[in-house]
Amino acid sequence: MEAYINGIGIISPQQTFDTADFLTEVVEHNSKSLPCIEPSYQEFLNPVLSRRMARIIKMSIAASSVCFKEANISIPDAIMTGTALGCLEDTEKFLSAIIENDEQFLTPTSFIQSTHNTVSAQIALQLKCMNYNFTYVHKGFSFESAVLDGLMTLAEGEAKNILVGGHDEMTDKYFRVCDRIGYWKKEENVPTMELINMKSDGSIAGEGASFFVLSNEKTESSYAVLRGIKAIYKPQSKQEIESKIAELLHSKELTFNDIDLVVYGINGDARFDKTYNILKDGIFKNSTSTYFKHLCGEYQTSGGFAMWLASNIIKRQMVPSAVLIGENKTKQIKNVLIYNTFLDTNHAVFLLSQC
Amino acid sequence: MDALIDQLKGEIIEQLNLEDLKKEDIDADATLFGEGLGLDSIDALELIVLLEKNHGIKVANPADGKKIFQSIRTMAEFIQANKK
Amino acid sequence: MISAIGNNVAESLASLENSKSGIGTLENIRSRHKTIIPVGEIKASNEELTAMAGLRPDQQSTRTALLGLIAVQEALSSSGISDIKEFRTGIISATSVGGMCTTEDLWYDYLDKEKSGPWLKYIEAHECGDSTEFIADHTGIKDYLSTISTACSSSANAIMFGARLIKHGILDRVVVGGTDSMTRFTINGFMTLMILDKEKCKPFDAERQGLNLGEAAGFIVIESEKASKGKEIYAELSGYGNSNDAFHQTASSPDGAGAYLAMEKAFKVSGLKPTDIDYINAHGTGTSINDLSEGTAIDKLFSKNVPSISSTKAFTGHTLAACAAIEGIFSILAIKNNMIFPNLNYENPMTELSFKPSTIQDKSKKINHVLSNSFGFGGNTSALIFSRHN
Repeated sequence: MEAYINGIGIISPQQTFDTADFLTEVVEHNSKSLPCIEPSYQEFLNPVLSRRMARIIKMSIAASSVCFKEANISIPDAIMTGTALGCLEDTEKFLSAIIENDEQFLTPTSFIQSTHNTVSAQIALQLKCMNYNFTYVHKGFSFESAVLDGLMTLAEGEAKNILVGGHDEMTDKYFRVCDRIGYWKKEENVPTMELINMKSDGSIAGEGASFFVLSNEKTESSYAVLRGIKAIYKPQSKQEIESKIAELLHSKELTFNDIDLVVYGINGDARFDKTYNILKDGIFKNSTSTYFKHLCGEYQTSGGFAMWLASNIIKRQMVPSAVLIGENKTKQIKNVLIYNTFLDTNHAVFLLSQC
Repeated sequence: MDALIDQLKGEIIEQLNLEDLKKEDIDADATLFGEGLGLDSIDALELIVLLEKNHGIKVANPADGKKIFQSIRTMAEFIQANKK
Repeated sequence: MISAIGNNVAESLASLENSKSGIGTLENIRSRHKTIIPVGEIKASNEELTAMAGLRPDQQSTRTALLGLIAVQEALSSSGISDIKEFRTGIISATSVGGMCTTEDLWYDYLDKEKSGPWLKYIEAHECGDSTEFIADHTGIKDYLSTISTACSSSANAIMFGARLIKHGILDRVVVGGTDSMTRFTINGFMTLMILDKEKCKPFDAERQGLNLGEAAGFIVIESEKASKGKEIYAELSGYGNSNDAFHQTASSPDGAGAYLAMEKAFKVSGLKPTDIDYINAHGTGTSINDLSEGTAIDKLFSKNVPSISSTKAFTGHTLAACAAIEGIFSILAIKNNMIFPNLNYENPMTELSFKPSTIQDKSKKINHVLSNSFGFGGNTSALIFSRHN
C-alpha cells in the first residue's frame, strides 16, 4: 500500500495557498487562535452555489481545486475527507437559533450544512463526481482514517487518482468552550517562535483545509511517495510507541536509522510534548527534527499540514529554518516520518519517502 | 403593492444571502427559480420561513410554494390576499 | 442492537414478527414539537441506559455513547468473544449527532464562565469520535478506531470500511455499526426541510407524507476466517458499494442515479446477479423524493422484476447514522429465519413504480441473499449485500 502525492492544495494560517512559496516568510498571528489566510474565492466558486457556503466549505473547495490542477486531473476516482468537527460555524448557528427562537422560525440552510459530510459532498457536487465518497470524523484520527482508506482504495486497483483531505475550522465560541477544559495557554501572549520553549500547559488553536491527490502513478508533479500510516490509540508506554513505529518501518525494510528527518506535532503543551521528546532524544536522535504547530496551531486534522510540510521538504530537499529544531543533520532527505498526536489520545505515524 | 414588492426584494436578498444583488437588479415579474434568479428547493423552504416570520402567514405544504414563489409579484399578491 | 422496537436482537425480532411498531410520542427530551411529531424513541432515560450498560452513575456519558455501548456489548457476547486481546480487534462506528444530544442542553452553560460543574466533561464528548472511544474504552477494543459520518448512510459505510480493513489484513476482527440518539437539533432540522410526517410514516405509499425520526444503535462483529474458526457464522457480507448522487445537497435525483451506481457496485463485488436476491430491505424513508428515487433505481437495476421488498422504517423510525446497521441486522435475521418483514402502513401503490412492497409476514421461501440500501444527505448512497454462509 503506497501512493504518490501528486498534488497539494492547502489553506492554513500560513501563506501556503501559493504552491510556489514554501515558508519564505512566517506569518506571526498576534492571537492564541490562528486563523487561516484565505484567498479570493471568485475563480473557484460558482456564485449561485457559494452564496450559502460557510467559510470551511469555500476553503476546502478552493484548496481541492488547486490540488487537482497541480496533479493535472479533473475528477478524482474517490473522495475521502476527515474532519473532527464538521462545519462548526453552521452547527453553532443552527444550535443557537433553536435555543434562542425556542424551536421556531428556523431555516434549513445551516442545518443542511452542519452535516459532517458537507464538504466532501459539495466537492462532489461541484465536480459532478459520482464516485466513492467518505467522511471520517474521529478526532485526531479523522484525516488519518481518510489517508488509510486512500491507500487501501489505490491498492484495490480500480482507482488511479483520489482526493484525500482534512478540514477543521475554529470559531470564537468553540475557542472559548475549549478554553474551559484547559486546551489553550493561559498566558496573554504566545509568540510564534517561542511556543516550543514554553513550559506551561495548553497550546494555541488552529484550523486548516488540506487536500492531496494520491495516485498509483508517478508524474512530474509528484512530491513524494506515501508509504504507510499507523494509528495508535492511547499508547500505554514508550515501548508500545516504538514497537508500532518499528512495525511500520520493518514492513518497508527500514530501520530507525534510515529516517533522515522527523516532523513532530510538538504543540508547546507541557503535558503532552514529552512523547515527542522521548522519540527525538531516543530512537531518532540522529535524525533532523522539525515541528509545525507553532505555524498552524493545534487542531484535530493538523496531520494535513504535517503532510504538506513533509512532502515539500522531500520535493525541494530544503528544510525551512522556521520548522527546524536544532541543526539540520542530513544532506539528502530520503525518508521522513511524521509523528503527531492529539491530546495524547490519538497518535499517528506517517512514512514518506523520496520518489 | 409597490411598497410591499420593494420590501420583499430587501427581505429576499437578506434571507437568501444574495449579496451581489441590489433591489433594482431584481425584476418583480422575473421567475425566481430556474432561469431567473436561479433559486432552488432549499431557497423555497427559506422563503416559506420568511413568509411566516415576517408576514405571519403559514404555508403548510411545501408544494404550494411553486405557485406562490413564481415571482416577487406573485409573492406580494399572496401576502395581500392572506394578510389577516 | 437497541431501538424503539427492543433493547436487544431477540426483542427486536419479536416486534418484527408481531408487526409491533415502535413509533409513538416523544418523551425523553423536551421539545415544543413533542405532540406534533411522532418518533421511534427508546423508552429509557440516560440513567437507566447507564445501568443497562453495567456502569456506575458517575461513568454516564452522552445518550449516543450509551446506546452504542449497549449494542456493542450485545454484539461481542453474541459472537462469543470473551478475550478481546486474542485477535487484533477494531471498531468502526458511525454517528451523525455525536454528542449533540448533550451539547444542545449545555451549550450556553459552556459559554458562561460563571457556571461550572462535573458536566464540563461533556465538552469533549461533543465530538463524534468521543462516543466511539467511550465504547472502545469500556470493551477493551484498541487496535484500530475510527468513526464515519456521511449522514443517513453512515453505518453502511462503517460496515464497508471495517470489512475492507479485514480484507487488507489490518485487523482480524472488527465491530462495525452506528449509533444516534434523538435530539432537538435533528428534529428541528428535518422540520425545516418539511419532510417529517405528522402521522406514522408510510414508505412507498402514493400518499406518503415524510419520515418519522428514530434513535438506535446497532453493531455487527465481522471476523476474518482465522478469527471465526469453529464459530457459528450468522451471515457473510458478500457485496458493498458506495457512490455519490452529485445532484443536490439534500435531495436525491429523480432517477436515483447514485443509488443505482451503489447497488451496481455491490453486485460487482459480490459476483451475484439481481435475480439472486431474495429480499430487498429498502432505505424507504417515506419521503416523497427518497422513495421515488430509490424505487426508480431498483426498477431499473432489476429490470422491473423486483423481488420481495420492504422498508422497516415504519417499525423503528429513521435512525439516521444507525439505520444501515440495524437494517443490516434485520437482513441477517431475514436470512437466519427465512423471513421477510412487512412494510407497515402501506395502502396505495405508487404509479411510478412496478412493484408493491411486502405487507405481510412472509415465511414462505428460503432467503439466501439480501440487498440493503442506505442513502444520505450530500448524495451519499450505499448498498450492502448479505448472504447465507455455506
